[in-house]
Amino acid sequence: MSTLTETLNVSALSVAFPGRQVLKDVSFSLMPGEVCGLIGSNGSGKTTLLRTILGLQAATSGAVHLNGAVGYVPQKIAFDMDMPLRARDVVGLGLDGNRFGLPLPSLGKRRKVEAMLRAVGAEAFADQRVGDLSGGQQQRVLIAHAMIRRPRLLLLDEPLANLDVRAVADIVGLLHRFARDEGVTVLVSAHDMNPLLGVMDRIVYLAQGRAATGKTEEVVRTEVLSRLYGHHIDVIRVHGRVLVIAAGAADEIPIAIEKHPVHVCEIP
Amino acid sequence: MSFFNLIFAPGFFASAPVQTALVIGSAAAIVSALIGVFTVLRGQSFAGHALSDISSAGGSVAFLLGISALWGFLGVAVLAAGALELAGLRRSKERDLVTGIVLGAGLGLTALLLHLDIGTRSSGGAAISVMFGSIFAVPASMIVPMLGVSGLAVLMMGLIYRPLLLTSLDPNLASAQGVRVSSIGLLHLLILSLAVTLSAMTIGAILSTALLIGPAAAAVQIAHRPGRALLLAGLFGLIATWGGVLLAYDSYTWTPGQAWPVSFFITSLVSLIYVAARLWAKRPVARRTAEA
Ligand SMILES: Nc1ncnc2c1ncn2[C@@H]1O[C@H](COP(=O)(O)OP(=O)(O)O)[C@@H](O)[C@H]1O
Ligand SMILES: [Mg+2]
Repeated sequence: MSTLTETLNVSALSVAFPGRQVLKDVSFSLMPGEVCGLIGSNGSGKTTLLRTILGLQAATSGAVHLNGAVGYVPQKIAFDMDMPLRARDVVGLGLDGNRFGLPLPSLGKRRKVEAMLRAVGAEAFADQRVGDLSGGQQQRVLIAHAMIRRPRLLLLDEPLANLDVRAVADIVGLLHRFARDEGVTVLVSAHDMNPLLGVMDRIVYLAQGRAATGKTEEVVRTEVLSRLYGHHIDVIRVHGRVLVIAAGAADEIPIAIEKHPVHVCEIP
Repeated sequence: MSFFNLIFAPGFFASAPVQTALVIGSAAAIVSALIGVFTVLRGQSFAGHALSDISSAGGSVAFLLGISALWGFLGVAVLAAGALELAGLRRSKERDLVTGIVLGAGLGLTALLLHLDIGTRSSGGAAISVMFGSIFAVPASMIVPMLGVSGLAVLMMGLIYRPLLLTSLDPNLASAQGVRVSSIGLLHLLILSLAVTLSAMTIGAILSTALLIGPAAAAVQIAHRPGRALLLAGLFGLIATWGGVLLAYDSYTWTPGQAWPVSFFITSLVSLIYVAARLWAKRPVARRTAEA
């Protein structure tokens, strides 16, 4: 594999906070157009890994190599209801929000914003305040904000959390299209891998500070995850969903796991 | 008495103190309202309020030294802003605690200084003037320095407008775009202390927070885009200030020989504007609309 074409290469990365090792020796690389799920339970280090890739968090050892610009959708932004910003203003700030001086009206900028709003399906609510939008609509706006500079790598931190089923499917479809049609590499974190199963080329599975990486079928297996967690884990495939279940009491399960009971399909 | 004279009591426009008051009042109102929009959006109203109150210590020192209160307000507000930023606290609860403690210390100092003021210069007016403003007593010679401070504040705001907006929206988004969030935070506090200084000269240290927060809070209720929010906030601040100056002048004729304080009218008008904006804005309750 030629390292020249990789969008992202993470090698032997370790990150620690005072008194706590969060990531140990994490390695993986992503190619253009790949969708990668960064899966792990709460506190497993997903946000820390993404922030380290962005350079917002220092690593204790290891290296991150990026090939091209990076876009970022942070975890749970709660837009203030009073924020006097329309969806299109937020997208525009993705283009020039770091520049000094007053913004001058620019046709070029307006066109770029318009095109980006269209690309994420946000034209219909482009002129509404961001604080008034639904969770799914806000995610679209944030994705447009991150994508407007045409990055080669898009990092998203739990963009599917707290969305209804329909919105989850819409956002996953949107990410898939960016990867397939424009060759953008997408690294998306989630505590539940199921919504991503249909589009995920690879997986980085975090547990106990370490990562198992590879194709989904290679990683999400009883032997691999048991080794990662350090005790027995069952991987069950049922009705096209994956359940990761730990033996032992329910409250000591290090869950990256389907928390809801599986519904038995009705037989017509 | 004509209708015109009923609104503008005779001599309003010809009065030199009124002219000075309108000029410096306008500058203070505009600068405060503009930076206030960001202060409100950043949820730092309490820091703004604290800076206003603490600046009273500066006003009292100036009284003691016999220099213009402007320099006292300015020096102490900038120092306090620096102190708040140095504390460098990220959690808003911690930040509020430290702000509260700094505020207490500052006001305690003011109490001492005003006591000394009264003792040495037997000027009981010092307390009223520092705390509640004396816009009609500001000499015309202060117009130039005050416009200078205003110009500096507006210039700084124009310079960091976009990073400040992005940081106020979300610090994580901003830092991912390479914005130095903590520098922007410090600059915001510095501009805030300039605004507080100007407003303290106008309506007093204790009340200057009204010009800072009120017009901005009203504007963000109504405006849907940042430029309009700034425009509207400035307009609200101007209306309150001009209205306040006018009413105070007119009040001479209501209770002959004794005018009512300008600060009372300005802060009342600010409150009225805020209430009106809330009623006007009354956005639909079902804000979280269904998925499009
Ligand atoms: N700034 C920080 N200082 C200290 N510990 C932190 C900090 N950020 C995260 N942690 C700790 O690191 C671990 C991983 O956190 P995080 O990356 O946010 O996990 P995830 O995003 O998977 O929920 C958690 O135990 C968290 O408490
Ligand atoms: Mg997280």
